[in-house]
Amino acid sequence: MRIGVVTFPGSLDDRDALRAIRLAGAEAVALWHGEHDLQGVDALVLPGGFSYGDYLRAGAIASLSPIMTEVIDAAGKGMPVLGICNGFQMLAEAHLVSGGLIRNDHGNFIRRDQSLRVENVDTPWTSGFEAGQEIVIPLKNGEGGFIASADELNRLEGEGLVAFRYQGVNPNGSLNDIAGVRNERGNVVGLMPHPEHAVEAGFGPDTNVAMRSGIDGLTFFTSVLRSTLLAA
Amino acid sequence: MGAIESGHPRPSCEAERALPTIVVEVMPKAELLDPQGKAVAGALSRIGKTGFSGVRVGKRFELTVDAPIDDATRAAVEEIAGAILSNSVIEDVVGIHYPEEQA
Repeated sequence: MRIGVVTFPGSLDDRDALRAIRLAGAEAVALWHGEHDLQGVDALVLPGGFSYGDYLRAGAIASLSPIMTEVIDAAGKGMPVLGICNGFQMLAEAHLVSGGLIRNDHGNFIRRDQSLRVENVDTPWTSGFEAGQEIVIPLKNGEGGFIASADELNRLEGEGLVAFRYQGVNPNGSLNDIAGVRNERGNVVGLMPHPEHAVEAGFGPDTNVAMRSGIDGLTFFTSVLRSTLLAA
Repeated sequence: MGAIESGHPRPSCEAERALPTIVVEVMPKAELLDPQGKAVAGALSRIGKTGFSGVRVGKRFELTVDAPIDDATRAAVEEIAGAILSNSVIEDVVGIHYPEEQA
């Protein structure tokens, strides 16, 4: 299975995402924002970073990139797409998922190992989790406040489209503690925290077992691998 | 549409005439938290500038066009303002100002 990671000008976590995909056992394919070629990948990751310096709005200019034409088309046909942090902001700007991301309510950039509750496991990116499972992966952003209109929030909650919720602490003022959402079909998932930074013991968040041993993020990538192989 | 703008400071009136400028103003939605505005309001209060109960921070875009403004230009500006310069989930376009028609 081939999973593509799109590099935009200002992407930071594309290499980590490629590495996470390899650790999960899939083939990682580096894609370039300026091209119109998805190179036959089976799934896509839009990585974190600060594309175009967050000019205009975070993710806004990247969401207009040449390759986004193909990304939007593939998402519409059901290809699994995961947007992480800046990638989530791009998904929101491209209207592939609901809501918007604004500056953290406290005004500061934040970096912490964040506890999340997995709210929805009916997506190719979350199928390896148990419903309601608590996971810990790093969070690092300045504009992670999830907002939507009251009607849209009700719809997201009512239709079970909230994928992840902050647990313990709401780190940025996100409405309803929402850390990530999915689209109606379930193939597109976006979240602010970073699963690709918690995929290898020694480099992840601390756990009760050992320092830096947290690998909860790996399940995102093994999930999509298994889902795609089962669907094939 | 907003009121016609009677021009704004520019290095040269000649340049103003040569390159008509359309101004688009975007604000965060009134019902949503504006963390930038909140931070500015906090700073005003800290330095003793009292009497301001709130600050909201928006954006002003100046679009310079290279031909006389016609209906097609106006339609394009409205589309760009709504689809690119603003995100309707979090912001509103509060004004589009065209320069006064040239005689």
